[in-house]
Amino acid sequence: MYYAIVFLPLLGAVIAALIALAGARARHPGGPPDVGVENHAHGPVDESRPRGAPDPQEAHAVLAASHTEPQPAEPPAAGSRSAEAVTTVFLFAAMLLSWLAFVDVGFGHHDARVTLFPWIVVGDLKVDWALRVDTLTAVMLVVVTTISAFVHLYSIGYMEDDPYRPRFFSYLSLFTFSMLMLVTADNLVQLFFGWEGVGLMSYLLIGFWYHKPEANAAAIKAFIVNRVGDFGFSLGIFATFMMTGAIDLDTVFAQAPALTGKTIHFLSWNVDALTLICLLLFMGAMGKSAQFLLHTWLPDAMEGPTPVSALIHAATMVTAGVFMVARLSPLFDLAPSAQAFVTFIGGTTAFFAATIALVQNDIKRIVAYSTCSQLGYMFVAMGTGAYSVGMFHLFTHAFFKALLFLGCGSVIIAMHHEQDIRNMGGLKNKLPLTYWTMVIGTLALTGFPLTAGYFSKDAIIEAAYVSGNPMALYAFGTTALAAALTAFYSWRLIFLTFHGAPHDQHHYDAARESPLVMVLPLVFLATGAIFAGYPFRELFVGHDVTEFFGDSLKFASGAHVFEAMHAIPQLIAMTPTLMMAIGFAIAWEFYIRRPELPVELARQQEPLYKFLLNKWYFDEVYDFLIVRPTLWLARALWKYGDGWTIDGLGPDGVSARVLDVTRGVVRLQTGYLYHYAFAMLIGVAALITWFMFGGARVG
Amino acid sequence: MTIGLGHYLTVAAILFTIGIFGIFLNRKNVIIILMSIELILLAVNINLVAFSAFLGDLVGQVYALLVLTVAAAEAAIGLAILVAYYRNRGSIAVEDINLMKG
Repeated sequence: MYYAIVFLPLLGAVIAALIALAGARARHPGGPPDVGVENHAHGPVDESRPRGAPDPQEAHAVLAASHTEPQPAEPPAAGSRSAEAVTTVFLFAAMLLSWLAFVDVGFGHHDARVTLFPWIVVGDLKVDWALRVDTLTAVMLVVVTTISAFVHLYSIGYMEDDPYRPRFFSYLSLFTFSMLMLVTADNLVQLFFGWEGVGLMSYLLIGFWYHKPEANAAAIKAFIVNRVGDFGFSLGIFATFMMTGAIDLDTVFAQAPALTGKTIHFLSWNVDALTLICLLLFMGAMGKSAQFLLHTWLPDAMEGPTPVSALIHAATMVTAGVFMVARLSPLFDLAPSAQAFVTFIGGTTAFFAATIALVQNDIKRIVAYSTCSQLGYMFVAMGTGAYSVGMFHLFTHAFFKALLFLGCGSVIIAMHHEQDIRNMGGLKNKLPLTYWTMVIGTLALTGFPLTAGYFSKDAIIEAAYVSGNPMALYAFGTTALAAALTAFYSWRLIFLTFHGAPHDQHHYDAARESPLVMVLPLVFLATGAIFAGYPFRELFVGHDVTEFFGDSLKFASGAHVFEAMHAIPQLIAMTPTLMMAIGFAIAWEFYIRRPELPVELARQQEPLYKFLLNKWYFDEVYDFLIVRPTLWLARALWKYGDGWTIDGLGPDGVSARVLDVTRGVVRLQTGYLYHYAFAMLIGVAALITWFMFGGARVG
Repeated sequence: MTIGLGHYLTVAAILFTIGIFGIFLNRKNVIIILMSIELILLAVNINLVAFSAFLGDLVGQVYALLVLTVAAAEAAIGLAILVAYYRNRGSIAVEDINLMKG
């Protein structure tokens, strides 16, 4: 069963990739196509081959076409339909199996460890490919395959007019496979493999529309920012191996208690080993989960297709960091300072991302910052030691955030790729199903009582309040404040998009409700957004936690949190709901009753508004502090280090000297007979002289 | 003043030097180079005959005859090449003959 769950997506990806390759080959059978055919058959902008560079002749034809013809639509690759069908069906099969596994592992406690085959065997180091399935993994399996299956289904509608669908579906399935490898990892190296796999697929999918320069830039940015985190992550793995001599999770966890108090000597510092390891590993989580300081790539990643944003940048990949902390809970549990740091970063991100979301105008960016903020919530829970609470929010958040993103996608399609919410409005009647599902998603996100988000988010805020963590009160404050902000920006999005008068009559008239394949996932996820909370509440935050999660999570430092959460003052328990109501009221006041108020406020508080609109100037600061010095250094090394020194003394220098010498030698070769004769004479004279004076004496 | 071996050798040396200089100081005509070669060969002949008479050994004079023969053949071939060259390139000025230039 576990084989099927993990490898069905891979199989689907391979099949879709073969179809994509065959399609590319059919398009350009063995070389540059005829110029005349080219003009009719291909759109001018998105023409280029998936494999290899387009040749100049073709580029010419394309250029000519863009001047003369009004962009004919490119026909989809042959077999697009079958690629879609295969990957989607496989994903749904994997989803069903995952739910079976969830029941089997979660309630039957049949934890499994499936060794596939050995991977690395070097001396004492032995790394296997293995699938480790315990409750934690089962939860992730359910989240990943469910969201992925519905995103596949939705993409059939969303990507309808894209000619490269087989490639898209191949990427999606391959991403799912990488994510499954990540969550089933039994050792840190396999975890890292999945980690990098999802990073790569994220890069490919953000840059899926590679003819758009912004998409390419966003893809590269996501990849590079993640490298910073991954640097820490790999250092963390090395440190773990150094201290325990093993990288498979069981051995590491078994040895972890023995590590308390040990130090790692680095240069002249002695650092507490466990704290250092946890902080380094958490650095990877910060990169992948877009936490404060390493968050800059996530909003830009919205350049990718919307289903990608829903799957990768909301529900699954970005939660990999949260999952990793939960998976390594036996380590984090022993490092209180690292936990405090996790709480601090989580609390900061929750608040800071929410403030930015207040003023953004791109519909997807608002949801992206919201994701960033919600990930902060999850890390707050991780930091307090209540790992299952964070996992609960991960679980519910996957449903409603994927729902919100897919709803955005539906709006974007209806508005013909318009993403600015200022140009929308009044869509309520045009897109009734999208409207109602997104309202449900928003209710869940803001924590409206009895929706999924209500249980998980409130649990996090309560856990932050009761935990003894040094950063707990700070995190409580920021998360409670962020709850109000969340309500405000979520409702702002809904009000500006669906209520009021349409701002762009032309787009408004053309707007149509999306086809069934797109609405169906919305409806299902909306169901999930309502019902993913209550039935699972006891399992994740109630009395059944330890029973449900078994050994997969460690609750040494979090145990008292659960106790205290049940005896929490009524006022504190009401705080998130109160905050949500306040946020909703303000949004209502601003965008329904007095729409001129926000403009007024923005004018009065211009510096603050600009500060938020420019995302706290993080991109600018990084550009100034890191990007430009790096570019400057790289340029200097390139011009002077490589160009001047190495090339100058090496290949270029040598060849230049050889040329100098030959240029002189060539001048000797006049071609005049008498010069040669003269040289010969001199030679003879010299020879004779040598014979007479030098040679004679020697002889 | 009796004419001794030294005088003959001096004349031969002078002829030889004139021949050498004729080859590489000459900028006009290839024929002059051929003539200079003849001069060099003559200088050698004078040496051979002078030593032959001085040592009373006839082999030297026989050898001189051999050299004369070779010189005649060489002159014939050289002039023939010259004619062929002139027909091909329309000039036999030394300045123009630089086909061997690299």
